[in-house]
Amino acid sequence: MPAALAVSGLAKRYGSVEALGGVDLEVREGELVGLLGPNGAGKSTLVKIACGLVRATEGTALVCGARAGSREARAAMGYLAELFRFPGWTSADELLLLHQRLTRSTGGERERSELLELVGLSDARDRRVEAMSKGMQQRLGIAQALVGSPRLLLLDEPTSALDPVGRRTVRTLLEELRRRGVSVLLNSHLLSEVELVCDRVTILLGGQVVAAGVPDELAGPRGVEIETGAGARTYANATRDDIPRLVAELVQNGEQVYGARVLTSTLEEVYVEAVGGETD
Amino acid sequence: MFFVVCLLTVAFLALYWIGNRYTFHHINDVEPPQGIDPPTFAGAFLFGMAMFGTLFLGVVLAIFLTLGAVRGDAERGLLQPLVVRPIGRATLLFARFLGAGAVCVPYVLAVYFTTMVLTGLEGSWWPDRIVTPGLELGAGVLIVAALSLLGSVFLSSIANGIAIFMIFGAGLVAGLLGNIGHALNSHGLVHAAKIAAWAVPFEALYQDALRTITEKTSGLTGFLIRLGPFGGAEQGGLGLRLWAVAYIAIVGAFALAGFARRDL
Repeated sequence: MPAALAVSGLAKRYGSVEALGGVDLEVREGELVGLLGPNGAGKSTLVKIACGLVRATEGTALVCGARAGSREARAAMGYLAELFRFPGWTSADELLLLHQRLTRSTGGERERSELLELVGLSDARDRRVEAMSKGMQQRLGIAQALVGSPRLLLLDEPTSALDPVGRRTVRTLLEELRRRGVSVLLNSHLLSEVELVCDRVTILLGGQVVAAGVPDELAGPRGVEIETGAGARTYANATRDDIPRLVAELVQNGEQVYGARVLTSTLEEVYVEAVGGETD
Repeated sequence: MFFVVCLLTVAFLALYWIGNRYTFHHINDVEPPQGIDPPTFAGAFLFGMAMFGTLFLGVVLAIFLTLGAVRGDAERGLLQPLVVRPIGRATLLFARFLGAGAVCVPYVLAVYFTTMVLTGLEGSWWPDRIVTPGLELGAGVLIVAALSLLGSVFLSSIANGIAIFMIFGAGLVAGLLGNIGHALNSHGLVHAAKIAAWAVPFEALYQDALRTITEKTSGLTGFLIRLGPFGGAEQGGLGLRLWAVAYIAIVGAFALAGFARRDL
């Protein structure tokens, strides 16, 4: 079975500006991949190429084996844009019905009810979009992206307008999608969120992949810290196996040892290191 | 928006009815130059102006329905959720054109026939052709809608709106140029006006529609009427109608090609 998303040597230039400079990325079936990077790193461009909104200058992007942007590719994916708007006069139910027609989904009323339930909008089924809060619209956007049971879901900053409870709802939703075997490419600024739900992470900077891997592997050991009577001592290159020897040496030298722990970097530290402290 | 359109249209029709009533009530008191038939002149001239008003209102409606169809909607984030669906960009653009047509053409026909009935009831004057001029006005509005959709692929909403109104103004100027050419009997000016009107065929269709409402009127009355309000009456015939269809197809093809290549 082909990967849900396979990107190879993908490049995009806007005039003299290089948004992407040869990116390789794969989202396997049922996998949840996080895309990180500062603004202007090329994350949204990559997602837009994958869903056919933007044409690549070079390279290939395949969605479930079909060329990105082709009818087959668009039929296999759902997308939530970073900046989106729905017509204010439609109700949540009407909007989902419209997208069912556009995707030729046969899910009918049952699918719409399930999706509204999934994003916590069952009570707002008949509410017009213009009467919804930004957070509700964002959740409706996620429901819209899921119409037609796509194999690949492309989410561009899906939690940007959500409060902590809304973010938790989305996190639960992503876990449910993983359980259902839906592949997800999640473009987000919220590192903690990505760290919690993603199977793999790719960090972009200046249109290039600067780090990629499983969050736990990326957030690897960063030494050992031993608490002594004279304060905490850090051994940057030491590992867990070095702790007995280090403690023995300290005791031998007459120091009081109160504790020892292996230091691990957080995804945030990995991210800051990868992007070189570059901010938005 | 539609409430405003309806309100303004009712206001336009009410004022038009008052104008007709006033004109035809006082027409018996005037002493026109020899060779002019007052009811025919007044009826045709008033209705010709109403046709221009109808075209203008239809054009305004068409422009406002389409000016932001691509770039404007993309900038507002309305377009992306639709474009990523498997319907295709061509279908989406064609649907916008049909949607604009489905609103504008019935609107133009409704205003056209209402003004015709008002003039007919007040002045007992009826155009020589009843249906054809209305259809030509409707086709003219469809051309403007197609041009506006093409512009929306490349221009922001405001820039596109301004551009299409300027093109509409250019058509108006072409008509006035033809008026001057006819009055001065200048073949050069008439020829230039005809080329300009065919370059923006909504104007040529309007001129042909003006001609068809008085095609059986002759003499000085006929000559003066054909100088027409906002562009003289000019025969377009079958060639113009075929050109109008081809024009929409060409504009549509450019719009589709541009939209297909556009990053959103």
